[in-house]
Amino acid sequence: MLKLRSYPHFQEDNMSRFERQIILTGFGIEGQTKLRNSSILLIGAGGLGCPILLYLAAAGVGKIGVVDGDSVAVSNLNRQVLFGEKDLGKNKAEAAVRQFYEKYSGIKWEVYPEFIGVENAQELLSGYDLIIDGSDNFPTRYLVNDACVLLGKPLVFGAIYQHEGQVSVFNYGQNACNYRDVYPQMPAASEVPNCSETGVLGVLPGIIGNLMALEAIKVLSGYGKPLVNRMLFFNSLSSQTYEVEISPNPQSREAIPASLTSFELMDYELACEGVKQLTWDQAMSKMGMDIAFVDVREPGEMPPLECTGLMKIPLSVLGDQLLKLEDFEEILFFCQSGIRSQKAAQQLQNEYPEKRIYSIKGGINALKTN
Amino acid sequence: MPTTIHIKAFGMVAEKIGTNEMSIDHIGDSVKLLDALLVKFPELKTVKFSLAINKMLVSENQKIPENAEIALLPPFSGG
Repeated sequence: MLKLRSYPHFQEDNMSRFERQIILTGFGIEGQTKLRNSSILLIGAGGLGCPILLYLAAAGVGKIGVVDGDSVAVSNLNRQVLFGEKDLGKNKAEAAVRQFYEKYSGIKWEVYPEFIGVENAQELLSGYDLIIDGSDNFPTRYLVNDACVLLGKPLVFGAIYQHEGQVSVFNYGQNACNYRDVYPQMPAASEVPNCSETGVLGVLPGIIGNLMALEAIKVLSGYGKPLVNRMLFFNSLSSQTYEVEISPNPQSREAIPASLTSFELMDYELACEGVKQLTWDQAMSKMGMDIAFVDVREPGEMPPLECTGLMKIPLSVLGDQLLKLEDFEEILFFCQSGIRSQKAAQQLQNEYPEKRIYSIKGGINALKTN
Repeated sequence: MPTTIHIKAFGMVAEKIGTNEMSIDHIGDSVKLLDALLVKFPELKTVKFSLAINKMLVSENQKIPENAEIALLPPFSGG
């Protein structure tokens, strides 16, 4: 399960900082040593990330990585408690970690002033025992979940909406659930407003972030019972909690990319916008029906695909050639790898919300390997 | 007297239906319940949410016991 790594240069640091944890029955020197020998990667140093960092650094986690490409804005300051007015405009990962350099000795910090994406996820996640998702948008949440499943990394999940929060531990142990077992379908970004639209009391991400830090400590130290296959809901207005048991859902597994290679070809932003996808088999079964079958690759891309009824409209000129597609009720797009065709489908769906528009998964590359 | 089921709504779902708790007449299974909710609250069509019966998440159609507690649980993304 968790691989324990040791950081010998920290061995001499003063364990008395953790005395009150070490004297806890069941935690002890063993729990403390596990924390010191473990590493976490925090995605997002925002409202959730700030309390997570404060408490995991204080608790004595040995190595902490922080990923955030965003910079501090004045409207963040009611809840992102590591930052002050002097930090405005600074990168959040850098500004957050800077608070700790002189605060505690014995923590190895890694700062990644960038956003996580399919291109860097594998590299970012692979060096850590536990991933903590404190991001603020659905594409990132699904991306982090899928990457954790594919890389076999446990994930502490927490998220807020207005006065409520939800927390769970995914992908930890045998028969473990992941985010898609709870929410198989990606909501469109526009479907659920975020803090900047609905407002939030700063203390709510403080509470949810602390619950996440607690789950992280439990997973890393083996102390207590983490929220595995359970999701905890908290309402800050009523101060009520609600716990739901979750179980693995076979359908959710199909929504996760089959391999890291196909993960790298995903466009999570577009997937969250609800572009419908078909496999080549599903697309072939529609051939001969009254559909538009459109290659959106640029002229000269290899290999060319020839078949009756095929239309060639490169993505770069799609906007000018909408009329060609106006009479079709059902339209299938494909490209080389399945990303441009999603963009084409998204663009056309915005123009014609009532048409049935699909992108073929994996594009020509998927056809060749079939 | 007809038996009831108790509904708890969270996040956006509570906003769309205008309350976070209500009781309705018993409906036999989760698919029928969702259909009935969508008829009663058409705005629910615009949000995705999961459903739990007596605090167990449901992934396919399931019978609803009398007096069950149903939770309507949308995903949150904020941080």
